[in-house]
Amino acid sequence: MSSATAATPILKTSHLLGIEGLSVGEITALLDLGDEYVALGRAKEKKSPLLKGRTVINLFFEASTRTQSSFELAGKRLGADVMNMSVRTSSVTKGETLIDTATTLNAMRPDILIVRHQDSGAVEMLARKLDCCVVNAGDGSHEHPTQALLDALTIRRRRHSFEGLTVAICGDVLHSRVARSNIHLLSKMGARVRLIAPRTLLPAAAGRFGVEIFTDMREGLKGVDIVMMLRLQLERMTGAFIPSTREYFRFWGLDREKLAYAKPGALVMHPGPMNRGVEIDSAVADDIEVSLIHEQVEMGVAIRMAVLDALSRGLSAEGRNAP
Amino acid sequence: MSNRRTVFCNARLIDPASGLDAKGGLLVENGKIADIGPRLFGDAERGDPETIDCKGLVLAPGLIDMRVFTGEPGSEHRETLESASRAAAAGGVTTIVVMPNTDPVIDEPSLVDFILRRAAATASVRVAPIAALTRHLAGEVMTEIGLLKEAGAVAFSDGDRTIANTRVLRRALAYASTFGALVVGHAEDPDLADGASVTEGEYAMRLGLPAAPAAAEAMIVERDIRLVELTGARYHFGQISCRASLDAIAAAKRRGLPITCGVAAHHLALNELDVGPYYTFMKVKPPLRSEADRAAMVEGVASGAIDVIVSSHDPQAADTKRLPFAQAAFGAVGLETLLPVALGLMHNGHTSLAHVLKALTATPAAILGLNAGTLAKGAPADLVLIDPDAPFVVDPDKLHSRARNTPFESRKFQGRAMKSFVGGECVFDRSVEARK
Repeated sequence: MSSATAATPILKTSHLLGIEGLSVGEITALLDLGDEYVALGRAKEKKSPLLKGRTVINLFFEASTRTQSSFELAGKRLGADVMNMSVRTSSVTKGETLIDTATTLNAMRPDILIVRHQDSGAVEMLARKLDCCVVNAGDGSHEHPTQALLDALTIRRRRHSFEGLTVAICGDVLHSRVARSNIHLLSKMGARVRLIAPRTLLPAAAGRFGVEIFTDMREGLKGVDIVMMLRLQLERMTGAFIPSTREYFRFWGLDREKLAYAKPGALVMHPGPMNRGVEIDSAVADDIEVSLIHEQVEMGVAIRMAVLDALSRGLSAEGRNAP
Repeated sequence: MSNRRTVFCNARLIDPASGLDAKGGLLVENGKIADIGPRLFGDAERGDPETIDCKGLVLAPGLIDMRVFTGEPGSEHRETLESASRAAAAGGVTTIVVMPNTDPVIDEPSLVDFILRRAAATASVRVAPIAALTRHLAGEVMTEIGLLKEAGAVAFSDGDRTIANTRVLRRALAYASTFGALVVGHAEDPDLADGASVTEGEYAMRLGLPAAPAAAEAMIVERDIRLVELTGARYHFGQISCRASLDAIAAAKRRGLPITCGVAAHHLALNELDVGPYYTFMKVKPPLRSEADRAAMVEGVASGAIDVIVSSHDPQAADTKRLPFAQAAFGAVGLETLLPVALGLMHNGHTSLAHVLKALTATPAAILGLNAGTLAKGAPADLVLIDPDAPFVVDPDKLHSRARNTPFESRKFQGRAMKSFVGGECVFDRSVEARK
């Protein structure tokens, strides 16, 4: 891919709502484009005029400094006008319904809306009501497609292919949109996926996703190439799904001793923000030999630029939202 | 642990784990069973100072009582681990499984450690602690099952409390299944049983006592079976007391669910009429049921649908029992009457001696995963010498427990423990007791 082919369509739809609906070709094309934006991000001149004149709105109903700033930077590097709307400053807190918010925003004629919402399916609902492109920045426990894409880009740049890789996803699978998106993506791309968690944090039907289930972390880590840790949402966990953080760390926290069961040279990922001493030990998180956690953040900006780029191609082709 | 040899000769060896029931001898070395066999140690060994002549009595694995409440820590005036262990030894019980309903509740790994250390320092029999399933037994927040299991908890239970919140119980069962941990449940609907002293029926009506129906038990049994099906947890009903519960459990077992159950000795021997004139020592939880339910319990043990027999030993002092019936505490001591009541099933022709002993040895050991309850070579020499025919009358003043609240006062029994051994060491000898 190069700028000469910038108009080549990448996505079949005008939204990015989840990984489940993407083809291997679409994912590969987004990752290829992501590689280009990694290079741009490392150059002295980091900006592209691709989205000049376009309006991108970040609409976050759930607080997220990391994802929101990553999208904001991606939009700005592509030359778009980026506006951040968070729930605390919006009329949602004054009782406005999601649909009302959507139609109000629609009237502002944005080109791309990036939405995070605490309810599964809420982003898709907005997408049906809006004329612009919608990017799901995480909906409830459903999907978080750009996280899975940035994880995939991180893995591909280290391991070059997904075929034959075994990836363990560890922790709160039950509530995790990151886990769901990653299961879809990694399975589609040919990697073998394992889930490691206590029974209380595994969905009842987890076994039907073509993954292997483990409750014993040492067993589950045997021979894996990549260990993906999930964030434990402490506020809703303790007492309900796990008895205590100290017990969780003892049995499912990634430390050097447990990591030793993985394949030599296995790499560790975490979507952040980390709970040190709960799901991951600092000695592992801070070990630059194994931890990809900072690399994931860099890939995050690149893949979000790739997503905005890909969606804007659809805009250009259809001439939508043209003044 | 004993470093010397002990020879048991001229015994009727019964090992329910292997099905052995034969005359023979047994050799103990270094606290373990070194050899066993029908031809071992005939008359030639008699007179050896290290030889115990069993005189044809039954030599069996020491009993394992899966349901014992003590007062340690917190209510040592009722019972300590030491006093409970003396009662156990006198009853032929060489392993007591102690419930977490103490003060403080055994819901922390350090408290499991406390029980094990206190037991090692003071108790004459083995003590296996059950830890709480929820913190403070409040039925709200699950305990650290993984850490408690590592500390030595053999199972998880809220003792004589039923967890009312099904979501809490579902998650606790799912979490327990992560570790293959055994959950021991108590089946009594907390709202229906609230304030009830006896089982609902004609006799309760005559007495004018607040009563709960047997269905209060059966509905929780049925509920918990559904949750086991959902979670795959290993589940043991600590004690059941009515036919409806038995039928539900038998059906669940036929469906292959990992469910077992126990029955308290008093529910095999007593019924609602034994409450008599407001006799508070008959106030137990769940309450004594109808004669039909009692007979069903006997039938359940005989058929194997009921897996284990327990004492449900629950020592209470006069201050909690010498009260109007409705105000009196639940509970009965039972460690020393467990074996005699169970032997009654054999004497009355309901089942064989080996089958009765299996429900007191091999089966509880298998459910709990204990290295006990067997006469196999290499197993710890936890043994009981039983005279299955010795007649006696229960005298509360001669009980070894610190509490005297037996429901069997003045009752005549046939068969009891004569000697008990833990790790090859004699911890109880009735012939020595008699000379006191």
